[in-house]
Amino acid sequence: MNKIVTGLVFGAILGLVDGATAWFTPEVRPAIVTILMGSTFKGMVVGLLSGWFARKVNSVTWGVAFGAVIGLFFAYLIAMQPQPSGNHYYLEIMLPGFVVGAIIGFLTQRAGSNVRQTA
Amino acid sequence: MPDLSDSTVRHLRSVIDLPDLSGTRYELEREIGRGGLGVVYAARDLQLQRPVAIKVLDSTEEARIIARLEHPAIVPIYESGTLPDGRAFYAMKLVVGARVDQYLEAHPSLSERLRVIQRVGEALAFAHTLGAVHRDLKPQNVMVGAFGEVYVMDWGVEGVAGTPRFRAPEQAGATGRPADHRSDVYALGALLRFMLPEAAPRPLRAIAGKAMAAEPDARYRDVPALLLDLQRFQDGLAVEAYPEPVWDRARRFAVRNQVLLLLLAAFVAVKFFLFFLRRL
Repeated sequence: MNKIVTGLVFGAILGLVDGATAWFTPEVRPAIVTILMGSTFKGMVVGLLSGWFARKVNSVTWGVAFGAVIGLFFAYLIAMQPQPSGNHYYLEIMLPGFVVGAIIGFLTQRAGSNVRQTA
Repeated sequence: MPDLSDSTVRHLRSVIDLPDLSGTRYELEREIGRGGLGVVYAARDLQLQRPVAIKVLDSTEEARIIARLEHPAIVPIYESGTLPDGRAFYAMKLVVGARVDQYLEAHPSLSERLRVIQRVGEALAFAHTLGAVHRDLKPQNVMVGAFGEVYVMDWGVEGVAGTPRFRAPEQAGATGRPADHRSDVYALGALLRFMLPEAAPRPLRAIAGKAMAAEPDARYRDVPALLLDLQRFQDGLAVEAYPEPVWDRARRFAVRNQVLLLLLAAFVAVKFFLFFLRRL
């Protein structure tokens, strides 16, 4: 499994787990399916970029930093969208997004092969 | 004839024992080592103007064995020949460094000790592929150079009995089996045990123990298998020789995955923090 596929897989799993915790917030529970899809998609995008970064830079520290920053950035893009209630959940979305991005960045550095497969 | 003093007699004896290197390109300097098979002297190559070590022994078999073993951890032989008195000799690189037993007096780190074992093992494994067996591996036969280079010396020949503390049971005639490469596995295990500090991790002691099993079939099948287990220890993985308890396994996993566990703990902490923040 190359680093980009590794990033996509871990990003999807962690994004799904992150989104699933919205179940514990009753006011957003009706939109849980949308949240799960959005969170999974965000995780995959962060995973894709982290995997690409891991191919270029072989450093756990930089991988974690890169994942955290782009995790924070994409979480910010999502948090910018107001909820049906009109509220923004910056802290609730960005803080976990930052940590999930860091985890994905770490995993893409440690797992996955750096060899590009040829046909 | 006047009586000679003890010191004069000792001096005369040492001079008589010195090999006659006339007719060779070497000039004798001093004796630097003595073993069961021969004596090693420091000498000077007058032609190339460099220091060499000369080993004088009764047969050329050892020289023929070592000449086949071209490896970075085996002292290279420059030349072999016969002295005027009929004894055989060979000239080799003069290694400047410390024997392993002296080297340990400087209290090197565990990883440094394991690096030496690794180099010794690589030399043995290489020799085994050519059918050569050391038969007398011990701390006195391993040199560590000033720049960390490691040399395995005194390659044994058929019939060498080995040194009791490092000798496999079959070499002592206890099993009736001939010595083979597994005898070197035993000696390498004994060397590992000798080099481990008192508070060595259990898996390392277990690796030495497995290599030193009395029954050759119970040891590692060859030197590379032993080295692989050592490498697994250094990589933080489970070793073949040590069936570790669950707690040890969990601790090793935690040490090996510290960063990941910290990040996962941070994720859980953030979620708990946000959960309780909403309840305020």
